[in-house]
Amino acid sequence: MSCCGPVPSPDEMDELSRLVSARLAAFLRTLRDAGFAVGLAEGQDAATLMTGEYAARPGLLRSALKHLFSARKSDWEKFDGLFDAFWLGKRVRSRSMAAGSAGSADNPSLKSLQDAAERRAGNDATTDQIPSTDGSDSDRSGEGRMEGASRADNLTEVDFRKLADPEQVAQAHQAAADLSRIMRTRLTRRDLARRRGYRLDLRRTIHRNISHGGVPISLIRRQRKEKPLRLVVLLDASGSMSMYTGVFLRFIHGVLDEFREAEAFLFHTRLAHVSDAMKERDASRALDRLSVMAQGAGGGTRIGESLQTFNRWHAARVIHSRTCVMIVSDGYETGDAALLGREMAALARRCRRIVWLNPMAGWQGYAPEAAGIKAALPHVDLYAPANTLQSLSALEPYLARL
Amino acid sequence: MKDRKEIAERLAASGYIADAELATAISLMHLLKRPLLLEGEAGVGKTEVAKALASVHATELIRLQCYEGLDQSAALYEWNYQRQLLSIQAHRGEDADRVEDHIFSEKYLLERPLLAAIRRDKPPVLLIDEIDRADDEFEAFLLELLSDFQVSIPELGTVKASAIPHVVLTSNGTRELSDALRRRCLYHYVDYPDVDREARIIMARVQGASASLALQVARLVESIRKEELRKVPGVAETLDWAAALVGLDVGNLHDAPEMVFETMMCLLKTHEDKARLSPEVAARLLGKVA
Repeated sequence: MSCCGPVPSPDEMDELSRLVSARLAAFLRTLRDAGFAVGLAEGQDAATLMTGEYAARPGLLRSALKHLFSARKSDWEKFDGLFDAFWLGKRVRSRSMAAGSAGSADNPSLKSLQDAAERRAGNDATTDQIPSTDGSDSDRSGEGRMEGASRADNLTEVDFRKLADPEQVAQAHQAAADLSRIMRTRLTRRDLARRRGYRLDLRRTIHRNISHGGVPISLIRRQRKEKPLRLVVLLDASGSMSMYTGVFLRFIHGVLDEFREAEAFLFHTRLAHVSDAMKERDASRALDRLSVMAQGAGGGTRIGESLQTFNRWHAARVIHSRTCVMIVSDGYETGDAALLGREMAALARRCRRIVWLNPMAGWQGYAPEAAGIKAALPHVDLYAPANTLQSLSALEPYLARL
Repeated sequence: MKDRKEIAERLAASGYIADAELATAISLMHLLKRPLLLEGEAGVGKTEVAKALASVHATELIRLQCYEGLDQSAALYEWNYQRQLLSIQAHRGEDADRVEDHIFSEKYLLERPLLAAIRRDKPPVLLIDEIDRADDEFEAFLLELLSDFQVSIPELGTVKASAIPHVVLTSNGTRELSDALRRRCLYHYVDYPDVDREARIIMARVQGASASLALQVARLVESIRKEELRKVPGVAETLDWAAALVGLDVGNLHDAPEMVFETMMCLLKTHEDKARLSPEVAARLLGKVA
């Protein structure tokens, strides 16, 4: 089988099949852009199909190629539209618009987040109504400090809001990525530490003991393999969280990159699954792709509704018994707090642990008074502040124990 | 057998009412020699596809139920340890190498589903059920098997498939499968059937169900699925319920609304769902069914 299907001897047929295969190659590119995982083998099979009886009717060819190229439900659902648009010239509602970052000037991209942070840092005294963790932070982050390790230490104590210098922002992001790497290695190392098995490996034992006439004198055991934890992060990207969104996004980027199993969602007034967009290797590009999603549509945060969407459409797929769900939110629910409580209960039934990180909780004098937090807390296994890198590091032993 | 119409007819004859796309998928399976991955909610009849396929081909169905911790000894082959031990005792005092050769021969090999599937002369249907419950390692191993259709047994050598089995994998989506496995397979999403197809399924599967009752049941189930339930009833539940109604001699749902409500336990499997579908709600839904 050649990659362009059978090659008939007449020149005309040759020309035709060349045209078809060129068109097919373009279609494969379209599919790959739309997120389909299509390999060479699929292309070859498609070429075979297009020269056979399946090409007789567009509907049939569409159905055949749909089975061939789709790999998951989302592919399955959008394939017909893509096929019609490409081969039949029908217009299709473009779902990938959100992914293109060009042309949207009002996106709160990473850059604008930084700018905002700079502005905030400029008139720190006037905008800060709630006292920060401790005053010494700002002292220690001053100029004239030594470079190197001590500087990195220093950085871990600074509240994210005060990270104005883009370089420091980058460092904070790096630290978040490092942290997720530490969490991962901690989890996997646990596998290696357990060397003693609890089951007999009969096959190897018999092998070993043939020379003893089959009397099992030396035993060989098997150990069960420990599996890594899956981490599902739900990040509140609403206006009240905007100072922290950038850093947590970078943290999530690190998590998706480092954990073998991780999923990420953003929510404000609705929920968006962002794992695919965030898997972009280059972090700043991933953040650009996200900037549209991170934009709070309208005002307010509907945590309850977002969780409902999550429970209904995503939970069965992304959550299993070894899943830790990490919710990063300030808990200012503008929707129905009772709904939030119900959905938290449903979520708690499904997963192993729920960690709620609240950036506000790190501020002195903060008590969980918001209705949303109050409704959610009974179902949360760990409620922790997370406004500094240090507070994120403090989670590491907890996650490792899961 | 490449004709889709013929496939659909034969499936129907075996009691599986397929939609047109599934027939295409099955004909592609034969043409491209790829496994078929079926995804869909629990209870939409994924496993039934494989059973129907086996009866279409008049061949054996070999089923491998996946679960977490499934390993090669449960999926592929295992040595018969008891007999090996006995044999060692019986040959006590003989040359150890010869004893070893003897006890690691075919005679002491226990076939498990995967090995059985590739050693049959007539290609069987191999159903790998709920692959999402097995772990990543097993999935990787399976991927290798599905591309080469050969297995190497260290003590015996390589076993090559005598005929390529028809492989059907099902997944409930409890775990995300690897891209490699997905790409290897043809993909078909099995959705809840529409009213018409569900009614035909009921008539095919439940003896004594009249066309009007089947249609009523299918319509009511469809509207129940639209309610916000924790566990949406699948086709299997519909069939149970229809069988219960037929057994209780209910010919028309409107004639026996109380009986309808009481037998709804066939559909609703959690306490919350039962509470949500109160008699009033049930009456409202029933009212909408013509």
